[in-house]
Amino acid sequence: MSEMPEAMIKINNVSKWYGDFKVLTDCTTSVAKGEVIVVCGPSGSGKSTLIKCVNGLEAFQQGDITVKGISVGDPKTNLPKLRAHVGMVFQHFELFPHMTITDNLSIAQIKVLGRSKDEAHAKTMKLLDRVGLKAHAHKHPGQLSGGQQQRVAIARALCMDPICMLFDEPTSALDPEMVNEVLDVMVQLAKEGMTMMCVTHEMGFARKVSNRVIFMDNGNIVEDATKDDFFGTPRSERAQQFLSKILSH
Amino acid sequence: MNYHWNWGIYLEQIKGGDETYLDWLITGFGWTVAVSLSAWVIALTLGIAVGVLRTAPSKVVVAISTAWVELFRNIPLLVQMFLWFFVVPELLPREWGLWVKQDMPAKEFMTATICLGFFTSSRVAEQVRAGIQSITHGQRMAGLAMGFTLPQTYRYILLPTALRMVIPPLTSEFMNVFKNSSVAFAIGVMELTFQARQMQEDSEQGIETFLAVTVLYFVCAFTANRVMAVIEKRAQIPGNIAGQH
Ligand SMILES: Nc1ncnc2c1ncn2[C@@H]1O[C@H](COP(=O)(O)OP(=O)(O)OP(=O)(O)O)[C@@H](O)[C@H]1O
Ligand SMILES: [Mg+2]
Repeated sequence: MSEMPEAMIKINNVSKWYGDFKVLTDCTTSVAKGEVIVVCGPSGSGKSTLIKCVNGLEAFQQGDITVKGISVGDPKTNLPKLRAHVGMVFQHFELFPHMTITDNLSIAQIKVLGRSKDEAHAKTMKLLDRVGLKAHAHKHPGQLSGGQQQRVAIARALCMDPICMLFDEPTSALDPEMVNEVLDVMVQLAKEGMTMMCVTHEMGFARKVSNRVIFMDNGNIVEDATKDDFFGTPRSERAQQFLSKILSH
Repeated sequence: MNYHWNWGIYLEQIKGGDETYLDWLITGFGWTVAVSLSAWVIALTLGIAVGVLRTAPSKVVVAISTAWVELFRNIPLLVQMFLWFFVVPELLPREWGLWVKQDMPAKEFMTATICLGFFTSSRVAEQVRAGIQSITHGQRMAGLAMGFTLPQTYRYILLPTALRMVIPPLTSEFMNVFKNSSVAFAIGVMELTFQARQMQEDSEQGIETFLAVTVLYFVCAFTANRVMAVIEKRAQIPGNIAGQH
């Protein structure tokens, strides 16, 4: 009998409202350790909201989410401590503009994890090297291209030794010629066994490395299927329409 | 015009004393600078704190800090000066009030400094609040997502960016402190305006008196402006400010 893989992220019947507006409706899914799942769906369907609920950046009113067994919605949970180990990458990079690249990567290691300056610096250089940006260490974010900034943002998250990574459309603010340099880093990460939940419309990426694809519409998880099932025979009409639109260009 | 010019007046002795008018002006200049700089320290400290609290997640905290700003911003400075000087000591517990009225060292200076500091803090707070609110929500999210607590997110991420952005409006507030400090004469601080009125009455050389005072105020405000310009230049971020979409 094969053992069930340990669930890293469990999302159970989560609903969320903004005032009267219901953004998420009974969302249930889970991400196993080492699994890569892609979340897609039309604009406004609640993808960003769902992924931000996972590390408690957005509060939800119903259901529960656990990350490695720790309940995100529980008011007793030390959210900063949990978030320190859940990496997050944003659409607009969100590097800290007033700090050098080195400081962007080091500051949370020092102030949040309590690492020594030397230890943090060593880790910073290792990860900058990994994303191919060691030569830019002394620069400020505004001096880098979008693709470079997003690679820095990924390195910044990895510096914290995350147990899983959340991506919210990491390539959609990039010029087309820069998309691949970022996707390459993500593919590499997936191959190394990182647990990843990625909101993205890069179906090439989904095909290449994802285990499962989640399709959202109107705050609902409409489809939650293995990659092959999703690309082979999406069950819902909305997902079929969405796929044909996205794959046609 | 029948005005009797006397450009040597500054070095003449005051009537019935051995000081010169220049001594009066220098004393006045000293008090003006002392009141203004001390008030500016209070204004920056309180203003940054109140500005931060105005963007806090708690409605109660926001309400209190908003009340602070509105209180000090909507009463004329001269009236505030009188309130601090004549009314506040009466509202304190009896012992304290007596101490303030009788024993507090440099009573006029202390009162004027606190008054001007609090008044200016409300204006600084508004600038700081606007600065923080102009930073995208994503920066706050990024800070929190790294595991920073909310105070740490302010300390390391939001404030450094916000303060850089509000250096230009803060420059004019800094200059205003020097100009507004002239109101302190009303409660008897022997600052520039006080000395000017005294010199003008004593010497009857109004034009020379106020010309000198004008120049000294100009020097203060201009220096404040230059100091802030240097700070702005030093604080500049290479490759402009990202994080603002
Ligand atoms: N702070 C907010 N207050 C009210 N409504 C909000 C807020 N944030 C998001 N929404 C609404 O919630 C819905 C879901 O938003 P969300 O950003 O999660 O969508 P998304 O799937 O990520 O879309 P996109 O592809 O455009 O990023 C949208 O209709 C949006 O307008
Ligand atoms: Mg989104």
